[in-house]
Amino acid sequence: MKSRTREEERRLAAFFRGEIARLATRPVRLMEVCGTHTVAIFKAGIRQLLPPEVELVSGPGCPVCVTPNEYLDTAVAYSRQQGVIITTFGDMLRVPGSSSSLAAEQATGADIRIVYSPLDSLAIAAANPAKKVIFLAVGFETTAPTAAATVLAAEQAGLTNFYVLSAHKLVPPALRALLTAGEVQVDGLLLPGHVSAIIGEEPYRFLAREYGVPAVITGFEPLDILGAVYLLVKRIAAGEAALDNEYRRVVPPAGNPAAVAVLDKVYGEADAAWRGIGVIPASGLAVKAAYRRFDALAALPVTVEETKDHPGCRCGEVLRGVARPADCPLFGAACTPERPVGSCMVSVEGTCAAWYKYGAGRWQV
Amino acid sequence: MKDELILLAHGSGGKLSHDLVARVMQPAFANPALDLMHDGARVEAAGARLAFTTDSYVVKPLFFAGGDIGKLAVCGTVNDLAVSGATPLYLSAGFIIEEGFPVAALERIVASMRAAAAEAGVSIVTGDTKVVEKGAVDGIYINTAGIGAVIAGADISPLNARPGQDIILSGPVGDHAVAVMAGRHGLKLPATVASDCAPLGGMIGAVLAAVPQVAVLRDPTRGGLATTLNEIAAQAKVGIMVEEAAIPVRPEVQAVCDILGFDPLYLANEGKVIIFVESPYSEEVIAVLRAHPYGREARVIGRVTAAPAGQVGLRTGIGGVRLLDMLIGDQLPRIC
Repeated sequence: MKSRTREEERRLAAFFRGEIARLATRPVRLMEVCGTHTVAIFKAGIRQLLPPEVELVSGPGCPVCVTPNEYLDTAVAYSRQQGVIITTFGDMLRVPGSSSSLAAEQATGADIRIVYSPLDSLAIAAANPAKKVIFLAVGFETTAPTAAATVLAAEQAGLTNFYVLSAHKLVPPALRALLTAGEVQVDGLLLPGHVSAIIGEEPYRFLAREYGVPAVITGFEPLDILGAVYLLVKRIAAGEAALDNEYRRVVPPAGNPAAVAVLDKVYGEADAAWRGIGVIPASGLAVKAAYRRFDALAALPVTVEETKDHPGCRCGEVLRGVARPADCPLFGAACTPERPVGSCMVSVEGTCAAWYKYGAGRWQV
Repeated sequence: MKDELILLAHGSGGKLSHDLVARVMQPAFANPALDLMHDGARVEAAGARLAFTTDSYVVKPLFFAGGDIGKLAVCGTVNDLAVSGATPLYLSAGFIIEEGFPVAALERIVASMRAAAAEAGVSIVTGDTKVVEKGAVDGIYINTAGIGAVIAGADISPLNARPGQDIILSGPVGDHAVAVMAGRHGLKLPATVASDCAPLGGMIGAVLAAVPQVAVLRDPTRGGLATTLNEIAAQAKVGIMVEEAAIPVRPEVQAVCDILGFDPLYLANEGKVIIFVESPYSEEVIAVLRAHPYGREARVIGRVTAAPAGQVGLRTGIGGVRLLDMLIGDQLPRIC
């Protein structure tokens, strides 16, 4: 994509726009599952390039957003323990739990460190042998293999003070749960390129086969997304349900078997709670018995406060695609990126944050 | 708000920083010179029109590709004076040093300050040194203040932004922040990525000498290009529309941003200037900038519009239009 000139990009964008407008003869609703897609769509101003017949809705694809309050409360509780260092990706810092956030705990003295890779936690653990280092293992299939590799590296290094607090989640079971619930009418799905690079095409086959929904694995450049919308609209117009892979330059049909093998070695499927959706069977990853000594929950006792959700926050409905951010009474008023109430406004990949940041409802041309 | 605490994001130069200053400092110190909220204040003393500014430097690491904390402390203050439409003249330098700091490192920093001051044509005429106990600061912090003489005929103010003016940027954005971040996190970068840290007094002086009609000058430091444009739009109550395709970003810088999830339009620069001028004068401004080593890639990136007042829009590479908001908190690396 990068090798195209700006003029070629403009011409191709115009072609996709024209074809989408020609083919979209009835209203269709397409869901982008992935938070990175949501951001890319807003950042490139794609919604306004589409005809009114084509509606894009955001799904549960932001790992921070779907992490329930209880997990944050647990992380906060650990961060308050003496001799604990929490390592985390930056997004998690500001998400409010029931009564606090990691950023607030950090400001009052908790030792919380942002890492760019889970592996960075190992150097911190090695340098602080008297402390316990807990990595907040949050993310989908994209990041889970690195977390698994980190556990293996910790074992190899003989570290006895490194732990993960796992909230890893799997995308296909969440899609199945959404389509089964039928709460939101979905005519087509834009599937996450990063996740697909790990798991490949096969885990998505059920979408067309069992639910008759066409789906496209796509990348994150504006033209990837416009191209994927074009493929979906074309399938819908032809009455076909199939899986297309628009992102072959990154996503091999079989995914990344080596990453999947590492993942399978350390983690096993487990039921998982999703914010706004509830418990979805076999949609999360738990540390396997053989590696239990690295599992914070199993190895380190902690007392967690009672979980409370903010009244009025509609993050759950936004994550299920049944409400738009602007439908939430808190959006842009009580809930802004400076003082977020719900997770969808906190994470840079959150639907509400993307709406707000890129001006939906606030910006008129 | 009595339990509210200062967070790191309050110092990011984005919206939280602005809100803090507007709520706490501005009302306490209010006066006409401060209320303009420019990079430097314009004051009069004994009949002379002066620009006066101060800034503190707490960068980590202290030494990075393309500069160090000393060069930054001189260039930052020189540039704040220059974008106030003044010729930088005198600086002060205040050092807060942690006990145990190597004297050799201090000598390196001071030598770097001397070199930058020489290039900028300013003298460091007063200073202060404090040493605090281990752990009270991280190595060394430097504060510089500066005084400059306002250039005759120059009338620079964010309030001068008017619909129809062109917006000129002197070169690619994001280099400084990426160089510092790479240094902080031990990332290996191509040798071409280095901080753009440079004293811009000479270049800006040349622009003002050639085109006194220049209306607004600003250096897009913390909060980056996007936040700076938002500040101007809000102060002048005008709209701004910039073209994504026209904003230069080095491919290496863009690549690092893509990996870390940063937007180069929000990254700090230490050697760039934004210039607002009526469009008939744009070509001449760009010609003067391009003739200078620090402005070779200058170009028009957008225009001032009448509406929507106070907001900045961005026309994307594929033709969409969206809001380009202020930086809200710190930019943090993303999860996936």
